[in-house]
Amino acid sequence: MPRPAPAPVPGSRADVTRPRARHATPSTDAALLDLLATIPDPEIPVITITDLGIVRAATLDGTTARVAITPTYSGCPATSLIALAVESRLRDAGLTPAIETRLDPPWTTDWLTEAAHEKLRAYGIAPPTGATRPRCPRCDSPATTEISRFGSTPCKAQWRCDACAEPFDHFKCH
Amino acid sequence: MSDLFTFLTRMGDNTLVLGHRLSEWCGRAPALEEDIALANTALDLIGQTQMWLGRAGEVEGAGRSADDIAMLRDVWDFRNLLLVEQPNRDFGHTITRQFLFDQWHVAQLDALTRATDAPVAAIAAKAVKEARYHAERSAGIVVALGDGTEESHARMQAALDRLWPFAGEMFQDDATDTAMTDAGIAPLPSTLRPAWDETVRATLTEATLTVPEGTFAHAGGRTGARHSEHLGHMLTQMQWLQRAYPGATW
Repeated sequence: MPRPAPAPVPGSRADVTRPRARHATPSTDAALLDLLATIPDPEIPVITITDLGIVRAATLDGTTARVAITPTYSGCPATSLIALAVESRLRDAGLTPAIETRLDPPWTTDWLTEAAHEKLRAYGIAPPTGATRPRCPRCDSPATTEISRFGSTPCKAQWRCDACAEPFDHFKCH
Repeated sequence: MSDLFTFLTRMGDNTLVLGHRLSEWCGRAPALEEDIALANTALDLIGQTQMWLGRAGEVEGAGRSADDIAMLRDVWDFRNLLLVEQPNRDFGHTITRQFLFDQWHVAQLDALTRATDAPVAAIAAKAVKEARYHAERSAGIVVALGDGTEESHARMQAALDRLWPFAGEMFQDDATDTAMTDAGIAPLPSTLRPAWDETVRATLTEATLTVPEGTFAHAGGRTGARHSEHLGHMLTQMQWLQRAYPGATW
């Protein structure tokens, strides 16, 4: 008896491109943006890609969704994962994805929404403020020390709070 | 081959080769924070490579991707500076190489943000912010190690003495550069030298290091005329998978 074909590996191209419709199909550009606003950042899942400010355009053209995404750091490994997640979510909603990488204007941390700042802080990451020293996201002390200018992802640096002695990530100003 | 293509491969090969060199430290750096910092810097440079070589492929119009250009060429087609292909040796050499390059890289990218060619200006605007961050860090470590212990000072001076003759190539002009300058795309390399000299010498003085005398400059990397023996060895590592399994994808 022939064995049934195995299910595609989750996240693989075969999985991403198989036909399905698990999300309602958006009919307006605003609804399309709402759909994109449900996609989490793969490295910092408490914020979404719209919180991050990397969705530069989202328009419907019939059943084709034209989405422009800008990278945060040019070598950030999450960039290709994000494009795959967007493609997958659009297909889930019955749309044909047309995803474009747009470099100009370059992303800066000013594109993070105010909501993103709050979510980062609640998650234990000091949001970028432009201050010389970030405040501790746990105890809010301004007495903090840089441990390393680089951290676990390109967008973060490692800091330590001098008041509560806890190490924490700082989302770098960029 | 167009001048713009050559120019784009020069930019992209610099970041590719230096990015690969830095990645060789991954898991082996003297401290965990430095390991992460070097890997992050490598990641930025490889990301910039994708943009430069990706654009080079578009300009060429022969259907080559950034990966094709990076992985399917041999030594003689690379257009990077000899400086960036020099081996890591010790941490002092790695940081000195980075410092000399970063100071040039920031000035070059800053000028390129005003290029008349929109894609070049967009890539530069993206990359210059990352390069500034690299430059702040490498300059800081040069001072910390140069003005550090007897051992660290001696290693930094040895690195500077060895690498200094490779700095001059960054400021040599040729016909491609003239064409890029005439097109309003890139500054003439020699015009970047005075400002570079000033900032580099100020940092080295603060680091209590002695700038070597002499103006001899090794050349041949950015023209492709004569790379050092180190690039070929590096490529056998970097391109190993495509050489063993041509055309492999996943």
